[in-house]
Formats: sequence, structure tokens, C-alpha cells
Amino acid sequence: MRPFIYERATDARAAIAAMSTAGAKFISGGTNLLDLMKLEIEQPTHLVDISRLAFKDIEELPDGGLRIGAQASNSDTAADRRVRTRYPLLSQALVAGASGQLRNKASVGGNLLQRTRCPYFYDTASACNKRNPGSGCSAIGGLNRSHAILGGSDACIATHPSDMAVAMTVLDAQIELLGANQAARRVAIADFYRLPGDTPHIETVLGPNEMITGVVLPPPPPGRQVYRKVRDRASYAFALVSVAAIVATDGGTITSARVGFGGVAPKPWRSVEAEAALMGRPATMATYRDAAEAAMTHAIGRGQNDFKIELAKRTLCRTLAQVAQVG
Amino acid sequence: MIGQAISRVDGPFKVTGQATYAHEHWEAGQPLYGFILGATIGRGRITLIDASRAEHSPGVRKVMTYRNAPAQGAPDESIPSLYWRAQPVLTNPEIRHYGEPVALVVAGTFEQARAAASLIDIEYAVEPGNYDFATRQDQSYVPKVVNGRMEAETSVGDFDSGFNSAAVKVDQRYTTPYQFSHPMEPNACLAVPRGDDLILYVSAQIVDSARASVANTLRIDPERILVVTPYVGGGFGSKLGIHSETILAALAARQLNEPVKVVLTRQQIFHLMGLRPTTSQRVRLGAGKDGRLVAIAHEVNMYTSPHEEYAEQTAATTRALYAAPNRWTSHRLTPLDLPRGEDVRAPGEAPGLLAVESAMDELAYALAMDPIELRIRNEPKVHPETGIPFSDRRLVECMREGARRFGWDQRPAQPASLRKGRWLVGYGMAAAIRMHFQGPAKARVRMCPDGTAVVQSDMTDIGGGTYTILAQVAAERLGLPIDRVRVEIGRSDFPVSWGSGGSWGAANSSTAVYRACEALREKLLASARDKSEALSEIVARNHPEGLEAEGEIVSMEKDPNYRAYSLNTYGAHFAEVGVDVDTAEIRLRRMLGVFAAGRFLNPKTARSQLIGGMTFGVSYALHEQAVVDTRSGAFVNRDLAEYLVPVHADIPELDAVLLDGFDDKANVLGVKGIGELGVCGSAAAVTNAVFNATGVRVRDFPITLEKVLPGLPLMEA
Repeated sequence: MRPFIYERATDARAAIAAMSTAGAKFISGGTNLLDLMKLEIEQPTHLVDISRLAFKDIEELPDGGLRIGAQASNSDTAADRRVRTRYPLLSQALVAGASGQLRNKASVGGNLLQRTRCPYFYDTASACNKRNPGSGCSAIGGLNRSHAILGGSDACIATHPSDMAVAMTVLDAQIELLGANQAARRVAIADFYRLPGDTPHIETVLGPNEMITGVVLPPPPPGRQVYRKVRDRASYAFALVSVAAIVATDGGTITSARVGFGGVAPKPWRSVEAEAALMGRPATMATYRDAAEAAMTHAIGRGQNDFKIELAKRTLCRTLAQVAQVG
Repeated sequence: MIGQAISRVDGPFKVTGQATYAHEHWEAGQPLYGFILGATIGRGRITLIDASRAEHSPGVRKVMTYRNAPAQGAPDESIPSLYWRAQPVLTNPEIRHYGEPVALVVAGTFEQARAAASLIDIEYAVEPGNYDFATRQDQSYVPKVVNGRMEAETSVGDFDSGFNSAAVKVDQRYTTPYQFSHPMEPNACLAVPRGDDLILYVSAQIVDSARASVANTLRIDPERILVVTPYVGGGFGSKLGIHSETILAALAARQLNEPVKVVLTRQQIFHLMGLRPTTSQRVRLGAGKDGRLVAIAHEVNMYTSPHEEYAEQTAATTRALYAAPNRWTSHRLTPLDLPRGEDVRAPGEAPGLLAVESAMDELAYALAMDPIELRIRNEPKVHPETGIPFSDRRLVECMREGARRFGWDQRPAQPASLRKGRWLVGYGMAAAIRMHFQGPAKARVRMCPDGTAVVQSDMTDIGGGTYTILAQVAAERLGLPIDRVRVEIGRSDFPVSWGSGGSWGAANSSTAVYRACEALREKLLASARDKSEALSEIVARNHPEGLEAEGEIVSMEKDPNYRAYSLNTYGAHFAEVGVDVDTAEIRLRRMLGVFAAGRFLNPKTARSQLIGGMTFGVSYALHEQAVVDTRSGAFVNRDLAEYLVPVHADIPELDAVLLDGFDDKANVLGVKGIGELGVCGSAAAVTNAVFNATGVRVRDFPITLEKVLPGLPLMEA
């Protein structure tokens, strides 16, 4: 870890202003950034602590939605009564991630921005286009059991590690951003993350001085919600595959469906193909299989992660059967 | 007192933070901090190393590379154990494995040292290395001996004709991964110079090997070195010997004449510690239709460093396990350019029993016979290779008692036939056997006129409960309450022992303490007023300065019982697993081990060690593997987020039952080692339960879900 200046921001305007310093970075819970600094993957010279800014609240919105402050902890968000009753899959996704200690420290904004767990990204001696643009991708042809089957490129097949963001993706969350001169904007979560293409080091559309101030959840869509995470051990492991599903049925016919995947792509993966294959179809395993095939049409295995294609299909089928079983 | 479930006497020190670990000692004041820079190639040589930028980095006091490191002793292969040999570091520009130390940076803080290390400019000439075990096995050779000075190959009868004539055969290959010990406390050393002398606060399992290894490397008299290691946060084999962290701390401390501390990061452990070799094991079992084995062969191929041979005794465990007239065991080594192999948690038995006890389960299935019945039918009356009697063999009793307690009669006879909700449920069992080793150990016991006693030995407590059991033995033999006995261990100025390792520590050191107490009693009783007089009163009356005596136990080579008997410990593991019918996620549901190991000095600390060992078995079966990138020779998954071990949620109901006994051939206390017994066979029990649950037999470990998934039924409505 290199010497760095630590500054505790008193308000959002000052925090954003401080980001104009070269080498500056926001820090909130620090559960990811500090690890990366210890390993010299991140080397900020100036940390602007935004964890105490007034973005901790979870507020009701007039349309029946919720606004979650970016500095709300993962634990508080998962435990919020309104989140648990109206967005149960978000609560399920949050508690499926990390450990109790980490969830207490980690913020919602930081969770959205956590970096990949690709082991080559973590090893500064390895080629990694995400860490060191243009150096190559060691995961292609190397250890890639946990890597992407959808949305990857020849430059990068790292996955996004968040569970929370997968749930927010199927909830059509909007990310609230604040930039210099109080410029506020909202970005749909589907547009917030970028696919790697040949610039895997650019992961989001966040501007250089922009801060995430909150996440707006529209009123929940009709239907039941389930988040299902498949992993190598019972807790404290990243998803091999996860599925977020919201399905409504009427008389055995699917009237509304949203499907997202985690652990399979460089970003939380919304599957419009699966959703289209479900809409208006009978809530049966045959339909779910069609949806699974549709979701994985463009999936590419890289060897060790080939199994994820079948695993994603089976996990989706079972999750859909579970979520649609009560009308 | 002996045999009672007494809570750890050092427990309060540990939970209140007063137990001082290697990197926490502060007697010498503010130390300097050393950071080891590792090579980023797997094989080749340094062509340029320029430390000038690092030397001018803030806080830096010294940068040591092969160009300025002091001359050191070379490993002397006439010293039987590698842990006592010299461990020279930074001696030349050659790189023999990825991560090998190329520099030590010493600075005022750890962060300064680490930041400066990244400023060292290095260029390498890379040579093609051999890193892929799967493709190099045709390069293997037979070692002269294997670990524990055992024979590399043994043969009884005529295996080939026996096997060929067998009515039922199993012939399978099992592969096991690289593993690291990974104690909670990383390997660490604080080296404090005292003139020409040196105090080493290290994290060590064996004080004597640490001192000898440093003395041989630095080429100084061992008497000039004081090793101090009162508390050790786990070792699991990785602290049987010291490594580069200790050598480099010692070299830097002597050069700078200041205390220097080196602690490995978790990531560094993956290249700077020894590792359990990956193996490919062929097991052949030939049996009659009645299940009686006519032939058994266990052939092991494993990797070794070409520079420092290490042959895990993986097939040796099969030699004493089951009766069969025709037998063959062998070990071969495949040289690869990786860090050297070393002992990791039940070396030999852990991988060996995983293969053999998987194969026995396959044979039971082929015979449609209960796996316990199959094992009972092959229970030997004498050692199946040597013909000598067993000292105290209770394997069948362990299996029967375990079956009764576990409800083995509820096991589904047909695989993939028991369904509970979304889970396919299966039962599995496996036998455990482990040779009981004995090493030399001495202890000193002193009684003081104030009615207290002090036990001293260079024995270590690596978490198993040494402080407690030695206090129990001394308290019982001296007639004192346990809180009147103080145990002082882990210093090289105390009587020498083989420390903790090979599960021998408790039996060795408790026997030495027992004998010291007996010697002390003899001295005291000679001057007793009458037979009822308390020892403490005799001391107070006749020995105002206190009185002491020593006791010892000799090595197994010098103990005639080791020629006349086969001394082993035994157990039986039972596991119930659930496998998700859709995703193949495997979760342990419950597990039971039943163990016989002579007398249990303390059932509470013994049970803790055994359930810890069983948990390692779950890890071996389902989670744990270090993955080599065969392009670079680097271990890639080098943190505990990627190198998986079970978390609490993976270990639900788990228990160990101790069948108390007394092995009078082992030692005067009837005690045998249990430190690694829980590891032996436990992975096979889990593996066999996965087969029983799913009908899928996985022979490539660990059993991750993608290996089971293709065998699961199609998705149903």
C-alpha cells in the first residue's frame, strides 16, 4: 500500500470537488477497494470517504417505489421491512452475498461498483486487459472455471461478482448519479454497465467525478420473486450461476416475466430472450426449457466453464418452476 | 486427572489476546519489517536486478538480493529430515519455481517495504519449465525411500496372477490435487540479534528443527540461537521446518543489527511453503464372490521438485489395511518445476485412503455387499505384509459402533434412490487407519517448595492442547491440583523433543513428562516420613530450592515394540450428503467418526482435533485444490476466496466418538496419536455418500458440481 491522503467529505459537493485531484478515488465501505490497494491493483493517492454523507436512507416514493441511498449498508437494505415485503429477491440476493461482517460495512453504491474476482486480475504479474489495458487476457487458456459464458470478448471474460446488482437488474432499477456543478442524472441499470469489448477496463458509464447517490426501485412488477444462487460451498462464495426471476401467471399462463443471471457475464445479465420465450406461454417445464435454451443461445464456454451453460439452464428451469408454482 | 475432559488451560490467554504469537512479540522494541519479493517466472535466471530505486524508497533500510546476500550453508542430504537441513535463500540468479524469493526489502513499516519491493527492476531469461503433471508422468522414477523412511515398493505373493484369477475386479484411477496447509497464523519470524547471538520468535511445530535449520544455513553454532515459540496458530505440516521467512529475517537482523520481522501474506504462502503433491493413483482390487480379497495393488504417481525430493507415503497406508494374499504397492515421482512437496495434514493417509476406500466402496457395489460387511470380511489377523501382530487393532469395533450410532441400516441399498425434497440423499462410510509414530522427547519437571510444579520441554502447542494434557499428566503423577502446575514449552533452552507433527507430540511429550514425574517421585519418596506424606510437603521440608528430574522417550527405531508389533490408530467415518437434483450442489448433512487410539488423555481436546480432521476430509472431498497455471508454473487461485475450504454453513451436525482404551505396546500411558486420524478416510466417506446419493462415481478430486451434473436426471416438471 502506498501513502495516500485520506479525506472525509462533509457534503456531496465537496466530495465531488475533491475528485478533481489527480489519483483521487471515493471510498465507502472499503470492503473491495482496500483489498485491491493492499495488492497494489488500485493505487489511489487520495481517498475521499463518502460513507458518512447523507445518502443512507431508504425512502418511500409516491409511485410506490423505493429510493435506496447509496450509502445504505447491504445489511440494512436486506433487513428493511419494505425491501423484504415488496422486493424479496433483492433481500435474498443481498444475504446470499459475502459474509455478515462484510455486509455490515459494504454500501449499496460500492456493491454496484465492485470489481471482478478473476484471479488474473488479482495477480499483478499476469496479463490482464482489465487491470493493464492491452496486456492480454490470461484467463483465456488459463484458469477460467468461474468465467463468463455470455457477454465476454476476446479481451476479457471476467464476471461481475455482485448478487445485489442482478436483483436490481430485473427490478429495472435506476442509478442516481451526481456530478460536478450539482449535475444530477439517472441511468437505467441495464445501461449503467458496459460490456468489455476491447475496453474491459471501462466497466460502467460513470463519469470521472460522478458519485452514485442512490438507487431508485420502481414499484415491484406483478408476480412472485425468487433469487437462487448456485455456489461451491454453502456460504461465502461467489455465484457459479445465479438466477433472479419474477413471474406472474394467470390461469396457468405466464402474463409477466423477468429473468436475470449472475455469475455468467461481465455484467448483471438480463435475459430478454428468456423473457420473450416465457410471455404468454403455459407455466410448464417445457416452456421453461425453451426459455433456458433461448437464454443460452449465444453462450460460449471457454473450457473449464463449459458446465455453466447447462448449469444456468437447469437453475433457470428450477427457479421458474418455483416462482410460478403459486398463481 | 488423565482422561478427564478438562478445558484448555491456555484458553483464557487466547481469548483475551494475551497469548503471544511469533509476529506479536515486542520484548525487543520496534522492529524493522521485511517483505519478500517473489519471482514472476517459473524457471530461468535473473539477467538483471537493480534495486537502486527501491533502496531510495521511503523508509527502506536494506534490499537483499542474490548479489549481496551472505554466503549460506547448503542442504546436507545426510541429515535424514529436510526440516533440519539448511534452507539457503537468494544464493544465485537461478529461478527454480514461480514465487521463489528474489529479494528481501527491509523498511520501517510493512507498507514501505512492500511498496519498495515493486520498485526493484528485474529482467529474466525465461526457460521452458515443466508444470503439467498430467502430461509428464512418463518421466517418473521410483524413489529410494518414501516419507517416514518407508519402502517405496512392497510386494507379497503374486499380484498379477491373483488379480487375474479374481471373480470380481475393480481397476480404477483416482487423481488428487495440490494442497497447502494454510494455518490461520501465517508463517512468521521476528529475529532479534544479541551480539553474535540470535533470538528467533518463530511460528514452529518443532523447535529443534527450526534451530538446526537456521544454524546450518547461517553456519553458526546452534547454541548461539534461542528459538521461542510459545503459541502457534496452527501448523498442519507447514511449520515442521522453517522457510525463507525465518532465514531472511535472521540474515537481515544480523546484517542490520536490529530486530527484523517477516510475515508471509496469505498469497505468498502459495509459493513459499511446501505443498501436498498432486497424485494419480491406480487401485486394483480382486475379490472372490464372497468379498474376500485375493489381490490388492496400490500404485501412486505424484509430482516432486527435481531439486528437493519429497515422496508422500501415499500407498503405505494400504499395507496394513486389509488382508489379501497377493499384494503390490509402489510410488513413483514425476519431477516438475514447482515448490517442493512437504507434509500436509495426514501425509500419505489423506490421499491414499481416499483412493483405496473409494475403491473398496466400488468393490462393495460390484458385489452388492454392504461396505462394512466387505471390510469385516477382509479384516487381517496379523499385519498382511510382515506377519507381525497388531498391538491393539479395533477397526471392526469402530465400524460396528459407528454403524449403530449413525443408523447405517437406513442407508439406501441402491444409489440415487432416496429423495428428500430437492435433495438426493446418500450415505457413505470409510475406514481410517494411521500408523502411530514415536519420536524422541525429553521433559523436565520441577517441584517448588510453595507446592507448585513446573513442566519444561521444547515441545510446542500448535492448537491441539499440549499445555493442558501435560498439566494433567504432571498434576496426576505429583498429586497436585491442575492449577498448581505451570507448563512452559516452545523454547530451545528447554529439554529437546520432536515437537508437534506426525501426530506424535501428545504421546511423546506426555510419556516424557510422566517419566520425569516418576523420577522425581522416586527421589522424593526416598526421604518421605511415611507413605502418606504429600510430595509437596517433602519438597518443602527437604528441598527449599525445589527439586527437579528429567524423563524421556526414545525414537521408534530404538523401541523394540516397533519391531514386534504394528502400532496403528483406527476409526470409521460415516457421512450423509445431499446433492441438489437440479444443480448438483453437494452439501454435507451430517457426519460421525468413531475412533480408537489407545487412551485419550483429554476427550475434549481430542474430540476437537478429530472433528477438525473430519472437516479437512470434507474439504478434501468437496472443496480444496491449488490450481497450477501450466503456462507459467504459478498457483493461480492464491487466496482463501478462491482456494476453498468449508465454512461453518458447510459443516452441520458433526461428531466424533472416542472408544477409550489402552495400548500397552505404545507407551507407559497407553496413548497414541490422534492429530491426523480424523483426516484419514473422512474424504472417502463423503465421496462414497455422493455416489450413494447420485449413482455418480467421481474419481478426480475435489468433487465439484460439474463432475456430478452430467449424471443427474433430466429436469422434470
